[in-house]
Amino acid sequence: MDLLNNLLFGFGVAFSLQNLAYCFIGVLVGTLIGVLPGIGPLATIAMLLPLTFNVEPVGALIMLAGIYYGAQYGGSTTAILVNLPGETAAVVTCIDGYQMARQGRAGPALAIAAFGSFFAGTVGTLLIALAGPPLAEVALKFGAPEYFSLMLMGLVAAAVLAQGDTIKSLSMVVMGLLFGIVGSDVNTGMHRFTFDIFELSDGIGFIVIAVGVFAVGEIVTNLGQPERREIFTAKVSNLMPTREDLKASAWPIVRGTALGSFFGVLPGTGPAIASFSSYMLEKKLAKDPSRFGKGAIEGVAGPEAANNADAQTKFIPMLTLGLPASGVMALMLGALTIQGIQPGPQVMTQRPELFWGLIASMWIGNAMLVILNLPLIGLWVKLLQVPYRLLFPAIMAFSAIGIYSVSNSSFEIYLTAGFGIAGFLWLKLGFSAAPLLLGFVLGPMMEENLRRAMLMSKGDPSVFVTRPISLAFIIATVLILVVMIAPAVRKKKDALAE
Amino acid sequence: MKVALRDNQDFWSGVMLVAIGAAALIIGRNYPFGTSLRMGPGYFPAVLSSVLCVFGLILMAKSFRSTDRVEAGWSLRGLIIIPLSVVLFGVMMTHAGFVPALVVLIFGSALASDEFKLVEVTLLTIGLTLGCVAVFIWGLGLPYPLLAEF
Repeated sequence: MDLLNNLLFGFGVAFSLQNLAYCFIGVLVGTLIGVLPGIGPLATIAMLLPLTFNVEPVGALIMLAGIYYGAQYGGSTTAILVNLPGETAAVVTCIDGYQMARQGRAGPALAIAAFGSFFAGTVGTLLIALAGPPLAEVALKFGAPEYFSLMLMGLVAAAVLAQGDTIKSLSMVVMGLLFGIVGSDVNTGMHRFTFDIFELSDGIGFIVIAVGVFAVGEIVTNLGQPERREIFTAKVSNLMPTREDLKASAWPIVRGTALGSFFGVLPGTGPAIASFSSYMLEKKLAKDPSRFGKGAIEGVAGPEAANNADAQTKFIPMLTLGLPASGVMALMLGALTIQGIQPGPQVMTQRPELFWGLIASMWIGNAMLVILNLPLIGLWVKLLQVPYRLLFPAIMAFSAIGIYSVSNSSFEIYLTAGFGIAGFLWLKLGFSAAPLLLGFVLGPMMEENLRRAMLMSKGDPSVFVTRPISLAFIIATVLILVVMIAPAVRKKKDALAE
Repeated sequence: MKVALRDNQDFWSGVMLVAIGAAALIIGRNYPFGTSLRMGPGYFPAVLSSVLCVFGLILMAKSFRSTDRVEAGWSLRGLIIIPLSVVLFGVMMTHAGFVPALVVLIFGSALASDEFKLVEVTLLTIGLTLGCVAVFIWGLGLPYPLLAEF
């Protein structure tokens, strides 16, 4: 069987001593930042990205992915123990997980969260392995019009499904596309928006934007808010869940995995949406919904499985189509590009070790997390007591060194400071920054495909709706827009009628 | 309830978008536009800038009925000190070397916190600087002088 052979090949790659080490470092760092409040996976990956340039592509990607799903695990640990979501996806876990901890059942809550995540991670890994090759095969037949329509759909969906005002998210996408254009034009070599600054002729580094907005901008924002910390720290004793706990959690884990896998493939939906829907579903299905919010184990099992499944399946569009479905995936795509790998369906055939090695490593990483997390919980709890005032200067130092090491020029450092201020203003004005990053990463590709499509069709824009696959993407884009805007329109009409 | 214009989130969002869109249009006004068959380097940016302006105008129009305020919780201290210490890091890296640049960055950005404690921050600065030198210069071998020669 092909799948089996491919997976075996992948495990061969992932089990090399070097890649195991990268995987381990990744999940360890990921858990660490998942535990620490005030710094998310996006900022961390952006910060550490420069350090992976000298690592070969497989190792780099394995480590970055490890940080990403490690952070999900770490986030749930703090959610359960101190009622503090280290990560947005863990907000839901706080509700019942923390209540369980107060009742002295922190151990089982942590164990179920770990088992649920591991199950979801396994299924997610299998799904990528199953769905990847056929999707990539279809995508290999795409021409320029198909790619343009696909990117349009991805960007619109990401903006519309993102939190907050739709117009604001769409503007962030457009702004990202504009920032992406800065530099020399591929076709004519003309310098655009470079202000005759030599460092800008290669364009803005995407690490500059990512670190500026997600690390510096967030720090400035956080400094304006008082620190919130719960004093009650649960004692963890007796990790093993009872037989009843396991029985109660089994189906919620399966359902959470299914929901998470579904939301994972949709662009723009963060893991928070997946875990929240899973929580609502379990509450609806429960015989006694009143137990929820008072320490129901289903309320931990389902959402935890859902957010991990979501995190894993987010890789599907990125790896097979070269289409990032979230900010983190945009960073991964950027990491590939910097490594000199053109993202897209050809990655799977040209660099099979990358695709299958990464998939296998994700399963290994998930297993490592279960083994790592449960005995190390005491250590993580200690780390939680590091106050933010000591943490953020360290983040600043790592970010600045990281950026400087990419270009060896101070110009990018100044630019980062600028994006820090911009990021702060955007947050204050209610713009979410992830769509900006998606637009920025896709900007040059989108322009290039638009130009090629128009050349192909001799300047006739109908090419986007006469080719069936492209038409399907366009229809989907319109549908997404209509569906998401319709309720708002209705609401407005109601408001006017009153 | 209506929100005064100076606190109105949508209004300022709209202003920002129109400003950026208009600036991009003006800067890019001389980029060859081309035709839709052969798009010039000015085509895509012009379309994007115009879309940005339109979005901005929509938000400004919306702002007259909107109730979203600009989010509270400004740390003016943070907003000035953090970017400033980043910029200083850049200056020091080219003129003074890795160690002074880091000291300025770490100590400087710590000043932005309301809970600044001199002894604690001094220790943090020393510890972090040593750690960074160990990891980045000795460990990863980044080619920066610890102290630049004057």
